[in-house]
Amino acid sequence: MTPLLEVANLSIAFGGLRAVDDVSFEVRPGQIVSVIGPNGAGKTTLFNMISGLYRPTQGSVRLVGADVTSAEPHLLARRGLARTFQNLQVFPSMTLLENVMVGHHLQEAGATLPDLFGLPSSRRKTRATAESALSLLARVGLEKAAFREALTMSYGALKRLEIARALALRPKILLLDEPAAGCNAVETEEIDQLITEIASSGVAILLVEHDMKLVMKISSHIIALDHGRKIAEGNPGDVAANPDVIAAYLGQKGQEQVLHADG
Amino acid sequence: MRLKPKHISLLVLFVLIVMAPLFFPSGFYYRVGALIFINAIAVTGLVILIGYAGQISLGHAGFVGIGAYSCALAPVHLGISPVFAIALGAALSAGLAWIVGRPILKLHGYYLGVATLGLGILISMVLANEAQWTGGPDGIAVPDLGLRGLLRDWGFRVSAGELWYWLAGAVLIAGAWLALNLFDSPTGRALRALHGSDVAARTMGIDVPRHKLHAFVISAVYASVSGSLLALMNRLVTPDVAGFMHSVHLVTMTVLGGVGSVLGAIFGATILTALPQVLTVFHQYEHMVLGLVMILVMIFMPDGLLPSLLKRFRGRAGK
Ligand SMILES: Nc1ncnc2c1ncn2[C@@H]1O[C@H](COP(=O)(O)OP(=O)(O)O)[C@@H](O)[C@H]1O
Ligand SMILES: [Mg+2]
Repeated sequence: MTPLLEVANLSIAFGGLRAVDDVSFEVRPGQIVSVIGPNGAGKTTLFNMISGLYRPTQGSVRLVGADVTSAEPHLLARRGLARTFQNLQVFPSMTLLENVMVGHHLQEAGATLPDLFGLPSSRRKTRATAESALSLLARVGLEKAAFREALTMSYGALKRLEIARALALRPKILLLDEPAAGCNAVETEEIDQLITEIASSGVAILLVEHDMKLVMKISSHIIALDHGRKIAEGNPGDVAANPDVIAAYLGQKGQEQVLHADG
Repeated sequence: MRLKPKHISLLVLFVLIVMAPLFFPSGFYYRVGALIFINAIAVTGLVILIGYAGQISLGHAGFVGIGAYSCALAPVHLGISPVFAIALGAALSAGLAWIVGRPILKLHGYYLGVATLGLGILISMVLANEAQWTGGPDGIAVPDLGLRGLLRDWGFRVSAGELWYWLAGAVLIAGAWLALNLFDSPTGRALRALHGSDVAARTMGIDVPRHKLHAFVISAVYASVSGSLLALMNRLVTPDVAGFMHSVHLVTMTVLGGVGSVLGAIFGATILTALPQVLTVFHQYEHMVLGLVMILVMIFMPDGLLPSLLKRFRGRAGK
């Protein structure tokens, strides 16, 4: 199978700081590829380059075979890339339902004038979108709060809202930046199941997550970053055993956690 | 069928417009009402730009000016009827907004404010300085719309005040209907999304510059129609309509009433248009009182008058 996402020699510098330095990897359909590394390793910056928010100083990003390096985010969305944000980026004064409806933009948007005149075609789209958005909210367990404004919801709920909103794009590849941050054990378990489900439907997933137990359990492939550089790559067992990774990130405590997850 | 918020808003607006004349002590109030509606039309456009899309404009009186002067000049120089002059003004405003909007809307916050301010000043300078066309600072006469004569031929006798009250009221309802349609449509959601988070909107596939531009053009058309009606009602237009103070006035109305809501902004237009008429008793303190009202509202009701009052009312009803 050809890779959905090919990242080659990607680098970016902020002033003197090389936040991401010569990173390459691939993600194939149905794969869950995790990017791990300590805080400040460059994981979010990597996501920002792939999703078109930052312009890399070097290297390339290919999506479904096409070069999309530095392409506008909205064009990447059109090509099947969706993402969530580590620091929430919800639409605060819109309801949860409307937030997820916005995720349907590419399916429902047309000319502006029919929307202004409230033509039947426009209203039909809004109805269909609302229905689909409601079922996506149900999938992340938020359907009861559908008509509440996003700003009234807890951090954990908004994390799940972002996943539902990203799924609304019907992506080929989904980038999740710390989806389980701020979630309790039960919620983390639910997110684990959700991610596995999404991947088994054929969506490629690129995941950044600090919960090592979760990462070790669901990843098909792991990339370890430190100071912007890729220091290891492979299946969960190999990466967890890699001495550089242990030194940079996992530490003694982390390794125990990993062993625990394996057992 | 359950009434949607859109229908409730329109119903409230309709009832208010129809009922208000029952309480008018004199014919003079029809004129005040018409003035309120004409301002509210421009303000409704600004609700789309500022309230939905989150983009400020301190120059929209420029488009009011284009609409107003189109009705003064086009009938005389192009020989078209005032009705077509309204459409011409709207088209000119839309065209200018389209051309200028592209570069300007790349700016954010204060910078966008200053750039739109410049645009407004530029338009009002042209109107004031091209005296051979526009009459300069003294202004210029505007031809009669001809509707009153038409009605008289059909056997209806209405005063000018009444005519403009009902005409502007009807246009306002139409304008509010369009804005409310937009709110709950794919385009409206895209506008509100880019207002809430520009970054998230872009990753959702929203072409942010295109949507901002559409909001800018639509709001320019509202302002232009407002200017046309003002000119045709007053039968005279001076460059003040395009001036900075009028732009500020419009934005203040939008924010005072409640920037995200069409009904709220119309409420703001009502208060800020009607208050000076009431305050003529104070005359020299008029602007001070207005300023004070604005400051107090912004401190105590940052969401705007109507949303804050509704929230308080609902909070009490819920207890
Ligand atoms: N826009 C930016 N400007 C300057 N420095 C940045 C910017 N974005 C990220 N950085 C820096 O890049 C490094 C990597 O950050 P980040 O990608 O957020 O790390 P991670 O997500 O792995 O915790 C950090 O040192 C951070 O300060
Ligand atoms: Mg990060």
